[in-house]
Amino acid sequence: MPAELDPDLIGGWGRTALTAGYVRRGVRAEQVPEILSDSSLFPDRGVVARGLGRSYGDPAQNAGGLVLDMTALDKVISFDGQTGTVHTEAGVSLDTLARVLLPTGWFLPVTPGTRQVTVGGAIAADVHGKNHHRDGSFGRYVTRFGLATADGTVREVSPETEPALFWATTGGMGLTGVMLDATIRLIPVQTSSMLVDTVRAADLDQLLVALEQADHHRYSVAWLDCLARGRHMGRGVVTSGEHATHDQVPVAGPTSRSFAPRAFVGAPSWVPTGLLNRASIAAFNQAWYRKTPRSRNDELQGIGAFFHPLDGVRSWNRLYGPRGLLQYQCVVPDEGSLRAVLDRISTAQAPSFLTVLKRLGPGTPGPLSFPRPGWTLTLDFPVETPGLSGLLDGLDRIVAGSGGALYLAKDSRMAPDLLAATYPRLAEWSELRDRVDPHRRLRSDQSRRLSL
Amino acid sequence: MMNALGEPQSLGVLGGTSQIALAVTAKLCDGRTRTVVLAGRDPSALEAAQTSAREAGATHVRTLGLDALDTDSHQATVDAMFAEGDLDVALLAFGVLGDQLAAEADPDLAVNVAQVNYVAAVSLGLRVATAMRRQGHGTLVVLSSVAGERARRSNFVYGSSKAGLDAFAQGLGDSLRGTGVRVIIIRPGFVRTRMTTGLPDAPMSVNAADVAAAVEKALVGSKDIVWVPAGLRVVMSGLRHLPRPVFRRLKI
Ligand SMILES: Cc1cc2nc3c(=O)[nH]c(=O)nc-3n(C[C@H](O)[C@H](O)[C@H](O)COP(=O)(O)OP(=O)(O)OC[C@H]3O[C@@H](n4cnc5c(N)ncnc54)[C@H](O)[C@@H]3O)c2cc1C
Ligand SMILES: NC(=O)c1ccc[n+]([C@@H]2O[C@H](COP(=O)([O-])OP(=O)(O)OC[C@H]3O[C@@H](n4cnc5c(N)ncnc54)[C@H](OP(=O)(O)O)[C@@H]3O)[C@@H](O)[C@H]2O)c1
Repeated sequence: MPAELDPDLIGGWGRTALTAGYVRRGVRAEQVPEILSDSSLFPDRGVVARGLGRSYGDPAQNAGGLVLDMTALDKVISFDGQTGTVHTEAGVSLDTLARVLLPTGWFLPVTPGTRQVTVGGAIAADVHGKNHHRDGSFGRYVTRFGLATADGTVREVSPETEPALFWATTGGMGLTGVMLDATIRLIPVQTSSMLVDTVRAADLDQLLVALEQADHHRYSVAWLDCLARGRHMGRGVVTSGEHATHDQVPVAGPTSRSFAPRAFVGAPSWVPTGLLNRASIAAFNQAWYRKTPRSRNDELQGIGAFFHPLDGVRSWNRLYGPRGLLQYQCVVPDEGSLRAVLDRISTAQAPSFLTVLKRLGPGTPGPLSFPRPGWTLTLDFPVETPGLSGLLDGLDRIVAGSGGALYLAKDSRMAPDLLAATYPRLAEWSELRDRVDPHRRLRSDQSRRLSL
Repeated sequence: MMNALGEPQSLGVLGGTSQIALAVTAKLCDGRTRTVVLAGRDPSALEAAQTSAREAGATHVRTLGLDALDTDSHQATVDAMFAEGDLDVALLAFGVLGDQLAAEADPDLAVNVAQVNYVAAVSLGLRVATAMRRQGHGTLVVLSSVAGERARRSNFVYGSSKAGLDAFAQGLGDSLRGTGVRVIIIRPGFVRTRMTTGLPDAPMSVNAADVAAAVEKALVGSKDIVWVPAGLRVVMSGLRHLPRPVFRRLKI
């Protein structure tokens, strides 16, 4: 195949560590098993599936090997309005699903911070949303999927029939096989609007209290200013929301469920290094904090504005310039560790453009699934931030010491031993993978980097 | 694999006993680098280099024979370097300074300098580039020299060999755009190592550790040509444009 295909330079959403792989576009479901079992294709580099490339690091790329672009598998196969389940191909995006489903009164059970992810990517990372504290992660709503494995078979996998394979794949970052289709349970909604409460918190104590108080809402999240120091450390804004009911929106009826968002502005295609630096990020964070009223209740917002504010700007990741951005997302079980993490960042004055804090509830049985009870903090850093490597290594130690973990869908830099230390059931996952893919047919740059 | 912060996990060194290479190896092993392949010609010096890489934190260290002058052996050397897995960074460090006056008297000595510094680098650089293209990623770090920026009366055999190497590395880097493989050119000034022992300390001289720090920084940054120390860039751009009669008379 290398003869027919030229390699493409690809990376994750952070646009760091780009490598050249052979991207196979327009792949059809029936071709996937043949490609996986034909060991003459890229014998020592292997194959990985790629969705919409919204992981920040290197899980959806495969240097020198084959990358299956799954977005051609874009059919919504069937929808059952009685039970609220949808059967789709794995390359369908959550954006498409939301557009198709909302007018029928159903919505995605879990929505990450962007709709531009595929169903396959959402399962492979076992994604979570603002409702994790109440509703858990995406895998909980998947009733089955079709998985093409390295031996060239397509297996029908559900939590009942093949629990080990199901949960190793959910959160398994594409390394157990390639999902071709999946069936997902939906949640009923009456409108496409959200009823949103906003509270400003002047410091970390207030912020944590406000977040805990927001627990009874279906959705809640906090944004915080990571450059605020001293007694202002941890100041931020908590938003929480519910799906609005018919009687809460001005015009009830079918149109109240309409949903047709557009990405309207694009970031420029080239941006010099250093556009986002400590000064510009500090100014942005302060302005955001100040523009928020002390508190505001029952504001009506569209689903797009509430869940996916960044989807309004196409390719916003390019604002970070040619070296790209690094997202660091950890979960720690306790408040003390969270404080320790924030304290280090604030002391180092490492500028994170968007810092998000959220409470997580119980996880799924996936051995590599990220969510576990506690606090999850997400930070975006320009890669060239001085001292970033040492700072993050220090945070890793706090995270590992607390029994927390880093999120593989965001990770682009952790060391292999940290993975083993923070995912205690890694051995169980590896054993299952050895059975389903003994020759490591499925590989990614991330699997190489983490010896996964 | 190189991570998002340009921290490699594996390193191959051509000229593994060079003092600059030892410093680079130690620096990278202090970070994420655990696998190191050292190619060189002196077995006992290689042994010592292996030990120091281990002490710096490497867990998998191998050594290989390398004779820069024997281009027929180069493919086997490069194959052996990559035989046990990907290399994220390859450092091209071998080189000889030579004795300018002796070389002028005995052209065979000059040929030796040209062959090690230029011919061998072309031979090995291209082979490493091919291996890295195959793996779809990698960074080749080339130790060039300020001496190549403008050949001096006092040192033009070495200087011209580094000028050739530098031009080669620039073109190679351009040819590799879009392949996932990158070439970084390091242009040190006077570095206090075995190579310069006995020579009077030149202005702006640095230690091998300074070169290592510059290499580490270059891996995360976006500059493909790096001067050590950084201020040399300005100095050399001044020297470069001096009229020849003036340049000729400079005591450098
Ligand atoms: C702005 C933004 C906000 C985000 N917010 C959140 C958030 O709130 N919560 C959260 O959990 N995540 C969040 N993410 C991360 C994102 O949800 C995950 O990285 C998700 O996996 C991306 O899906 P994708 O289709 O782009 O997959 P890719 O990034 O292309 O691939 C991700 C992984 O899925 C595997 N994969 C993809 N398709 C298949 C398939 N068909 N079969 C097997 N494996 C497959 C790939 O091999 C890879 O390992 C966010 C990302 C961005 C850019
Ligand atoms: N020192 C400086 O001031 C300076 C300045 C600019 C650039 N540089 C460049 O930096 C590089 C490293 O230099 P250094 O300062 O570290 O000096 P060094 O310690 O003398 O290193 C030179 C290395 O080249 C090896 N070598 C020479 N001929 C060889 C051959 N035929 N086959 C295989 N290996 C051979 C030597 O191996 P043995 O151990 O077997 O001899 C030695 O490991 C060189 O390319 C040099 O030109 C140095």
